[in-house]
Amino acid sequence: METLASLFSIAVTYAIINNVVLSQFLGICPFLGVSKKTETAAGMGGAVIFVIGIASLVTGLINKFILANEAILQMGIDLRYLKTIVFILVIASLVQFVEMFLKKSMPALYQSLGVFLPLITTNCAVLGVALNAVTYEYDILQTVVYGLATGVGFFIAIVLLAGVREKIEYNDIPKPFQGTATVLMASALMAIAFMGFAGMKI
Amino acid sequence: MNKYLERLFNGIIKENPTFVLMLGMCPTLAVTTNAVNGLGMGLSTTVVLVFANIIISIFRKKIPDGVRIPAFIVIVASLVTIVEFLMKAYLQALSEALGVYIPLIVVNCLILGRAESFASKNGPVDSMFDGIGMGLGFTAGLTIIGAVRELLGAASIFGVSLGYTPISVFKAAPGAFIVLGVLVAIMNIIRKKMDEKGKPLAKPSGCLTGDCANCTSKCADEKK
Repeated sequence: METLASLFSIAVTYAIINNVVLSQFLGICPFLGVSKKTETAAGMGGAVIFVIGIASLVTGLINKFILANEAILQMGIDLRYLKTIVFILVIASLVQFVEMFLKKSMPALYQSLGVFLPLITTNCAVLGVALNAVTYEYDILQTVVYGLATGVGFFIAIVLLAGVREKIEYNDIPKPFQGTATVLMASALMAIAFMGFAGMKI
Repeated sequence: MNKYLERLFNGIIKENPTFVLMLGMCPTLAVTTNAVNGLGMGLSTTVVLVFANIIISIFRKKIPDGVRIPAFIVIVASLVTIVEFLMKAYLQALSEALGVYIPLIVVNCLILGRAESFASKNGPVDSMFDGIGMGLGFTAGLTIIGAVRELLGAASIFGVSLGYTPISVFKAAPGAFIVLGVLVAIMNIIRKKMDEKGKPLAKPSGCLTGDCANCTSKCADEKK
């Protein structure tokens, strides 16, 4: 029961209260860049959930069984300092691999997510989750839940922003504020709304 | 010598990474809660950028074209790890304030972008000055944004209290979006003025055009 409660608390905390985009500023680029239409935003959000889920599982396993392996640590070799280098390489190759795998065996899913996958390699949310999970000392299950919740948080934020952008597309906006500036202002209002969750404690 | 001064001028003013190119928006929004954090983040990025540029430029003829991005990433990630440990040892408070954003310098597209578009085509000394210029430009950008947020949100500057009532939202997450939004709007006005003068500014090439994640491959296309 204890573990279930902790998993639930991680899920709610990172999906809503500490939203990855609106309060931690990870993954700002796709958030601003791929949020013109709700459909593409949902595709991007889905791809991020998918990739962060897999990446957090793989980096969690690598950290537990290779970098922070008890047996290796007892031999006096501490590999944990390699985590940034190992994680970024693993994530980059993982994304490539997932892309090839989907193309070959799940063409339908590839159709909807494929175009977004290469964009995710340099999405700092993926690396950020992998590194944070080590800092917070999560076990494998907690790491995966943390990753998926972060992905869901990203999905919520980008779909909401895309909805707002569709609504305000034909509004009469002062010239200098047209384009990105308005999108940033809309994000600011969304961030204020999400600050309302900040007091929540689970 | 002129050539090197030109690289510095290019990075700090003409193609300023924060104000003109709009690169590296994640750290720009996340760590600029005060001027000191902005300065610290900017300088650590500068250190990584300068050494990454030098090393990549030395090995530019040895690295096979097909694996150059992974090779660059390994070089940058190693440098970032070194900087991270140096900061933990000597600048503990700053290192705690910047947290995960220090290792995330690896995925800052400013660094891979400069590696692709400058260091992989020019000699080590030129690349070093390019790195210093771009890095100082980035530092200036982050420090200015941090100073604005600190002035509005904490009524202080570089930690010195000024004693009026602060608008605390500028210190929190929404403030970052508001300040950056106003900054983009101001840049739009300057851009238009410069266009009319016939001296157009360089186009923003990062997140704001939606190709941040793609900036390395875009630079590669430009190379062809």
